Amino acid sequence: MAETTTAAAVGYDPATHVGGHPTSTGISNNKMAMWVFLGSECMLFGGLISTYLLYKDRVPEGGISPRDVFDIPFTSASSFVLLMSSLTMVLALAAIQKADHRRFRLWILTTALLGSTFIAGQIYEFTAFYREGLGFTTNIFGSAFYTLTGFHGVHVTIGIIMLLSLLVLSIRGRLSEERSEAVEIVGLYWHFVDIVWILIFTIIYLIP
Amino acid sequence: MSSVATPDSSAELPVADEHAHEHPGEKTYLKIAVILAVLTALEVATYPAEDALGSAVIPILLVLMVIKFWYVAAFFMHLKFDSRMFSWVFIAGIVTGAACYLAVLATFEFFG
Repeated sequence: MAETTTAAAVGYDPATHVGGHPTSTGISNNKMAMWVFLGSECMLFGGLISTYLLYKDRVPEGGISPRDVFDIPFTSASSFVLLMSSLTMVLALAAIQKADHRRFRLWILTTALLGSTFIAGQIYEFTAFYREGLGFTTNIFGSAFYTLTGFHGVHVTIGIIMLLSLLVLSIRGRLSEERSEAVEIVGLYWHFVDIVWILIFTIIYLIP
Repeated sequence: MSSVATPDSSAELPVADEHAHEHPGEKTYLKIAVILAVLTALEVATYPAEDALGSAVIPILLVLMVIKFWYVAAFFMHLKFDSRMFSWVFIAGIVTGAACYLAVLATFEFFG
């Protein structure tokens, strides 16, 4: 069958796959849709990071520059919190795949709380920068910085809403282990926002 | 040898069940998290040592960033264990994003 040949070409082994919906490639359409979306998100954040890198040094004489406002120890703690939320996310996925719903709810709630802590840190950071005189329209560095980190913050917030939706579905008994692919797909999105922050933290905050 | 899926032939198609993949266990996830934490600590440690490291600080940070990126994508996002098609879709996005940066950089260089 041509479909089987296509599946073999992408390294997929149909022999290991039983149950589920048949697809022409042998891989889940929902999961593929999320990966295509994440691929397009790479382009969005690629554009935003490019814009920041090109504009960050175009600060007028005596204006506020990145090194004047960045609080590296604080942002390091925030980055660590978001990184650990990726761990709790995969633990939530592992729990629901084992039909351990109690642990799934615990880990998914922990992930949402860690994400909320990160967002709270970002709000604090934005407020501190504003008080130091860096607004969205203060200079071109400020505009590029707030646009990039703000877009990332919106993505994290959407992720938190999705995590809490999964928690509500689980509590209502509408998220069985057979439907754990939904958790895996939300997890892909969550890990993606973590990966984007890995890039932002290094490129924007740490590289001199 | 038809490539069109019909109701009669659908039973012969490969079917999707991602749970059948051998994803890593909880112990592996914990080990990866420890590695990521250590790598983050190393990244942050370059900040006070910036003067001592000199021009080496940028390549060091970029290498640490790429390693962290790879660990999250390969293990937490299961790219190491899932279909290679997912990896290609993701890589296509990353390459296009990088091309976007180079295109904008070139535009600023020549016309900025």
